[in-house]
Amino acid sequence: MTAKMTTPIAPERAPDWRALRKDFPILSLQVRGRPLIYLDNAATTQKPRAVLDALRDFYEQRNANVHRGVHELSNRATAAYEGARETAARFVNARQTGEIVFTRGATESINLVANTWGARRLQAGDVILLTEMEHHSNIVPWQLLAARTGARLAFLPVTGPEGLLDLSRLDEWLTSEVKLLAFTHVSNTLGTVNPASQLCSMARRKGIVTLVDAAQSTGHRPLDVQEIGCDFLAASGHKMCGPTGIGFLYGRMERLAEMPPWHGGGDMIESVDYHTSTWKQPPHKFEAGTPNIAGAAALAAALEYLDRLGRPAIAAHDAALAAHALEKMSGLGGLRILGPASGRAGVVSFLMDGIHAHDVVTMADHAGVALRGGHHCNQPLMKKLGIESTARASFYFYNTFEEVDRLVEVLREIRRYFSR
Amino acid sequence: MFDDLDDLYQQVILDHSRSPRNFGVLPGANGRAQGRNPLCGDNVTVFVKMDGDRIDDIRFEGTGCAIAKASASVMTAALKGKTRPEARVLFDHFHEMIKTGQARGEDLGKLSVFAGVHKFPSRVKCAMLCWHALAAALSGRNEPVTTE
Repeated sequence: MTAKMTTPIAPERAPDWRALRKDFPILSLQVRGRPLIYLDNAATTQKPRAVLDALRDFYEQRNANVHRGVHELSNRATAAYEGARETAARFVNARQTGEIVFTRGATESINLVANTWGARRLQAGDVILLTEMEHHSNIVPWQLLAARTGARLAFLPVTGPEGLLDLSRLDEWLTSEVKLLAFTHVSNTLGTVNPASQLCSMARRKGIVTLVDAAQSTGHRPLDVQEIGCDFLAASGHKMCGPTGIGFLYGRMERLAEMPPWHGGGDMIESVDYHTSTWKQPPHKFEAGTPNIAGAAALAAALEYLDRLGRPAIAAHDAALAAHALEKMSGLGGLRILGPASGRAGVVSFLMDGIHAHDVVTMADHAGVALRGGHHCNQPLMKKLGIESTARASFYFYNTFEEVDRLVEVLREIRRYFSR
Repeated sequence: MFDDLDDLYQQVILDHSRSPRNFGVLPGANGRAQGRNPLCGDNVTVFVKMDGDRIDDIRFEGTGCAIAKASASVMTAALKGKTRPEARVLFDHFHEMIKTGQARGEDLGKLSVFAGVHKFPSRVKCAMLCWHALAAALSGRNEPVTTE
């Protein structure tokens, strides 16, 4: 019985994190004469050799267009591309492979839903419910849609110093005008992990369609779209060891089936006349033109790599690094850390008294530590919190406790340098 | 650890960023413009009180990094009493120095502490933000300008 109470993975089964750093060629770089400490993983993650090899292998062994050739290479390319779709479907536990639409990433996935499902289903007076902690990518597409349809936006409040969603009045927020609830699974600024299943099941009970922005969570923690119960989920490949320019939209098949196409072109049609055309079934209906075939193949390699490590173990390591950072950074004093005190993802945003985030980031860079400084595409949240910018350290499984210690040492030195 | 940053964060720059001169709203200003850096959310508003073609008084307010704040502080100190054409020449000379590290003319004075910024391309916009706002304020365009 006690087994269920412990962390999802037994320590002896956790991968040797330090050893697998050698899978990532870039991690042995020197930056400004110092070993690179890469702590900007919420912006993008580094790529293991398995992913780089998959890209090269595709272009050397399988390159051709998909779905149209009869020749051998085209068959190989189609197998790689459709195989990647199966891998992605398994990765998020979709009911069927056809529920995965390849896109350029989470942003395009959200725009797809706004322009198809949203444009067809929403009208004046309807409400699109978001949260106050959304990335611009989960705000702006809805603003554009609202301007076209007359729907309006509402925002679930973020409360308290810990930056959690206030769910005490969720029931009142889910009014009959609300047609869509779209929220981030993990905040890229606060590190907050939102209770996706709870939000989706409450929305679903009221017939509200749900979209989860999983850009920060997909490769970082176990994720099951059936367990979450969402209608849509948006993911980016490059934030989970895959290449840039490839990601996917999960869409519950009954939703995808009711959506019109958005981009017209080759590969998405059944037949074309000069004046009218008919479409393929989902997901192909939403993939016009030659897709990012090599990117999809390499994304599949990334997902397989992550599952060899095990997502429960990755989540536990992310969380342990964040907890270590919180503890060590609190000891520095004169530092304000945003977000929850516990249970956070591997994201730590902070402000140093009297030193602007950009100065912190420039100086950390000179010590070989890559941080992000700015508003993190989270301007409305920053305004609400009354701040312009923060410095942010964000972790992934290849980061080590020693790197966190080095970060803290560098922050101490920055304070000393600035008070000279 | 940060010796190679001494060109960027000169003592004068740190001093001005900690205690900026001419900071705050300028009552009776007859020109003003806001500069924004959309990349980082920083913003600075420059106020000028013109007496004909002469800058009778100048102040700024806003938020930004040490470079942006110090640049605005040193700029306002340098421009008080200057004419519009003199300010334009200083803008050009400062801009060139920030881009190349070389100062043309001998009128830059204290502004030359920013010469080291040219080694840090990502920070050039921080130093130029207040100057773009100034140019807009002097031209009578009261709409915000951005670094992008």
